[in-house]
Amino acid sequence: MRRTPLDLVRAEPGPAYTVTFDGREIPVLPGQTAAAALWSAGITSWRTTRRTGEPRGVFCGIGVCFDCLVTINGRPNQRACLVPAEPGDVITTQEGTGHDGRN
Amino acid sequence: MGGTEQHTLVVIGAGPAGIAAALAAADAGVRVTIVDSAPQAGGQFYRRPAAGLGARRPQALHHAWGTWESLNARLQAHIAADRIRHLTDHHVWFVERLETAFTVHALVGPEQTDPDTVTADAVVLATGGYEKVLPFPGWTLPGVVTAGGAQAMLKGGLVLPGRTVVVAGTGPLLMPVAAGLAAAGATIAAYIESADPKSLVRHASTLARNPAKLAEGAQYGAALARHGVPVRMRHTVVRAHGTARLEAVTVAALDAEGRIRPGTGRRIACDTLAVGHGMLPHTDLAETLGCALDGVRVAVDAEQRTDVPGIWAAGEATGIGGAVLSLAEGEIAGHSVAAQLQGTDPDPRGWSAAAKTRSRLRAFFAAIDTVYAPPAHWPESVTDETVLCRCEEVTAGEIREAVEGLGAGDLRTVKLLTRAGMGWCQGRICAPGVAGVAGCPADTARRPFARPVPLGVLAGPADTEPNRHH
Repeated sequence: MRRTPLDLVRAEPGPAYTVTFDGREIPVLPGQTAAAALWSAGITSWRTTRRTGEPRGVFCGIGVCFDCLVTINGRPNQRACLVPAEPGDVITTQEGTGHDGRN
Repeated sequence: MGGTEQHTLVVIGAGPAGIAAALAAADAGVRVTIVDSAPQAGGQFYRRPAAGLGARRPQALHHAWGTWESLNARLQAHIAADRIRHLTDHHVWFVERLETAFTVHALVGPEQTDPDTVTADAVVLATGGYEKVLPFPGWTLPGVVTAGGAQAMLKGGLVLPGRTVVVAGTGPLLMPVAAGLAAAGATIAAYIESADPKSLVRHASTLARNPAKLAEGAQYGAALARHGVPVRMRHTVVRAHGTARLEAVTVAALDAEGRIRPGTGRRIACDTLAVGHGMLPHTDLAETLGCALDGVRVAVDAEQRTDVPGIWAAGEATGIGGAVLSLAEGEIAGHSVAAQLQGTDPDPRGWSAAAKTRSRLRAFFAAIDTVYAPPAHWPESVTDETVLCRCEEVTAGEIREAVEGLGAGDLRTVKLLTRAGMGWCQGRICAPGVAGVAGCPADTARRPFARPVPLGVLAGPADTEPNRHH
């Protein structure tokens, strides 16, 4: 089996919990950000841009670029790379500004 | 600064420079508050997994972990003794100059909506740096991340962006990024460096004075060889391919002038591209305070003082040079602050070791800078369709039209005509790319605030803000 980052640092994480992304349940380890949880589930985009509707996800990973904006519990424009994923969070793809349409 | 009251220092940033400054000042009896945006101390270099992840060997993702352990032990001792206060999750957006003091304005929590302030006699700006990424076709595809971003997500969240990674760009940061991703289980399909590190031999004497840095480089080189990573020097990524996400990149060889050699393009399948072209200092807070800059960095004197009395700066805000240089600069700043606040003559003998380290490493990174530069002709590969401003979705074609059709000759005019740099990131990401494609100098942006601020915070009366610290 392939080595994982958790193996590398001999992690013994607390119990996992779940959040949903566009209705799909995904597991989260305590302390992970929304972006880390989404990456763990193999998801790399969670926003479409305002002008051309292009998919976006993490770019800078440290809160500078704002590319990873996402809607969490109905609140748009959250930086997924900074915001911790809390048990039961409802994470949804942010379409455009997140203030129109289904968000 | 009042009578018998104990003098206070606020340090902005809890990376190596900020912690070193706080420790030196606190050791000398100054009361210190560290204000930092992260949930735990360490900055980008010593970013650690969240406590809940239970990492028993965090050092597996780090170089020189022992340095961190001793710094952190000293920090925790000062915090326990109430000599240092550490405010986490505080995102500073403005430093206000009062008559004899400074008020630091921050937004609290990851959502950054609630205001908080700290007032102190002196400020150390240890705001660090961020990564520069030059644009190329396909760089907005999900799966293309900054090299430092991939490393930050790995160090903090113990996650990988994908399974098959190409690491590309230029600069010494790419080595630990590739080695870390490989150790954590990613396959590094290629390591693409546009510079030719062989030209470092021109700086042999500077290198010889920095054996620890050379050993560090050799360690990473050995790690890449052990993982069987194909390394290509004087190569560059020409294009990232994919529709909904990254599927492959095309890389090509560069000639001696930094142009792509025709016919050398080769496609490499990958799900992740970790890319970076060096680092830039965070100077927003210094600029709003009116501190002089030296190029893109905050200008400081031998004691790390800016030209604004009461404001010091240390670490990558004053020039990119890594953690060890940041520690030295922070230590010098902390000594200088303490002497000035306590009205004693600063004694440079107290920081002579740090000063030696500083001059040795500044020379080393000046040499590194001349070698690791992006290919001279990179804008020629940027097609008109390529989005340069990721926030406002402004293409290279629109920038070229502003310059060639509308006569824009500087970044500010380009921005006003195209909106490039007006979005969420305020041009931090796109400025070098827009400047390169437009052919104008990449001057600093002079942003009024260091981050987006809710209007309610700006409109609220200052004296009714909650959690006001003194």
